Amino acid sequence: MTDTEKTPLPPKRKGLTRRQKRSLSRGVQYAVFAAAVIAFGVTADWGRLQNQFAQVEIAERMFPDVITLALKNTVLYTVTGFGVGLALGMVIALMRLSSVGPYRWLAGIYIEIFRGLPALLIFIFIGVAVPLAFPGTEIVGGTYGKVALALGLVAAAYMAETIRAGIQAVPKGQMEAARSLGFSPARAMVSIIIPQAFRIILPPLTNELVLLFKDSSLVLFLGVTLEERELSKFGRDLASQTANSTPILVAGLCYLLITIPLGFVVRRMEAKAQEAVK
Amino acid sequence: MSTSRPEIRVSGLHKSFGDNHVLRGIDLEIGQGDVVCVIGPSGSGKSTLLRCVNLLEEPSQGQVFVGGIELTDPDVDIDAARRRIGMVFQQFNLFPHLTVTENLTLPQRRVLRRGKAEAAKVAAQNLERVGLAEKADAYPSSLSGGQQQRVAIARALAMGPEVMLFDEPTSALDPELVGDVLAVMRMLADEGMTMMVVTHEMTFAREVADRVVFMDGGVIVEDGAPDRVIGAPQHERTRHFLSRLLDPAMAEVEEETSDQVGGSA
Repeated sequence: MTDTEKTPLPPKRKGLTRRQKRSLSRGVQYAVFAAAVIAFGVTADWGRLQNQFAQVEIAERMFPDVITLALKNTVLYTVTGFGVGLALGMVIALMRLSSVGPYRWLAGIYIEIFRGLPALLIFIFIGVAVPLAFPGTEIVGGTYGKVALALGLVAAAYMAETIRAGIQAVPKGQMEAARSLGFSPARAMVSIIIPQAFRIILPPLTNELVLLFKDSSLVLFLGVTLEERELSKFGRDLASQTANSTPILVAGLCYLLITIPLGFVVRRMEAKAQEAVK
Repeated sequence: MSTSRPEIRVSGLHKSFGDNHVLRGIDLEIGQGDVVCVIGPSGSGKSTLLRCVNLLEEPSQGQVFVGGIELTDPDVDIDAARRRIGMVFQQFNLFPHLTVTENLTLPQRRVLRRGKAEAAKVAAQNLERVGLAEKADAYPSSLSGGQQQRVAIARALAMGPEVMLFDEPTSALDPELVGDVLAVMRMLADEGMTMMVVTHEMTFAREVADRVVFMDGGVIVEDGAPDRVIGAPQHERTRHFLSRLLDPAMAEVEEETSDQVGGSA
């Protein structure tokens, strides 16, 4: 290139300046939002909504069982399912990274199948197909064992991919350093790589916990006793007993009681992880 | 040069990455207590050679002996062999989830099965040696590059190696931090450690090395005392490299030569 031509100055435009256009656009956005809120408030029939969803005496009748039984069971199903999923997911992730071909394929097939199927179908499969196929066998722990297994099977597929990504996100130099210090590949994986991978994947794993928390409602397709009911089933049963939807609202609020703090924790961890990278 | 049995012996070494023939027949011996600096342009294969010595790269052909043990023997216990070989990386590769002390104690405990107290004692001694005793409880991310590299050296030393390999240990450092790391390496050399150092630090090579090896295009071009290789190079390629390295501002724009071997520097 010999001589660069100078870009000509842009012609002076008439009308609003850039700054004026920006503030006009923002004003319009606020106006649309306010209009939508007002329209919703005016048009909704609050009286009927309150009657159907916010009957205080019905809500009061739900306590303390909604916490001591339903929420407790929801948490129990979720945590056991998460535990099974994490253990199985770790095995599948390591299989996926294995140098043995058939392990890799098997893990890949597992992930594709269980990630592709709705959790509901897995629950039905566990509840119906397994007893048919293996008559006389009992899954350990009854309903609790079945839920842990069904949720774990679904969660493992997602977690395996997360864990694999986490392991691969640990810089290659870490494995090299460990190997050159005399660590065997397996020991390096356990002592050096996996602890670092878990730091990386803690936020997505916690998200998975939130998803499982909601999926635990599918337990009602297994057929549960009164004592085994969790939040959704509990709320639905009471709603049909009282012919009122207040229990559904209360059950919903109980879910949020757990998921919102968890979401907060995830964001905190993500921010911390961001800081650690710097 | 030492006359005892060679601590490191490489013979007929070839290494290819796919079609890329990085090492094209390397023969090299390093005596006990010798310090050998390997220099050469990027892509000459010098880092690959170093990584072949502890088998981080699997040689395509040829043999590598360290301390009389053949590492290229398929039945060798490579983890046991590597315990005798310390390695220091350009990017330090400290374990970021562990403190400085834990970086030194975990390998001793897991690999050498040392007890807690002994590992801690060895760790403290070696941190003292590299002048970082006061950083024992810090995390690597809070240290400067030069401090991290000295911790990495201490971590390797804590395993009691008989040979130390350095892969461009100062290349990732800010210029003012290079001196501290070189001082530690000089101390090791004075203590009689057998060292193989891939480096661009000509002053270090000239003053500390017993021998300098110049590599280009996957072969050893020149091998001899620093005064000879750096002071009075016999080969045109060596002279060319040194002139560009010692006085980069005077280099002229050149055509890219297609026979330059790519890959890691």
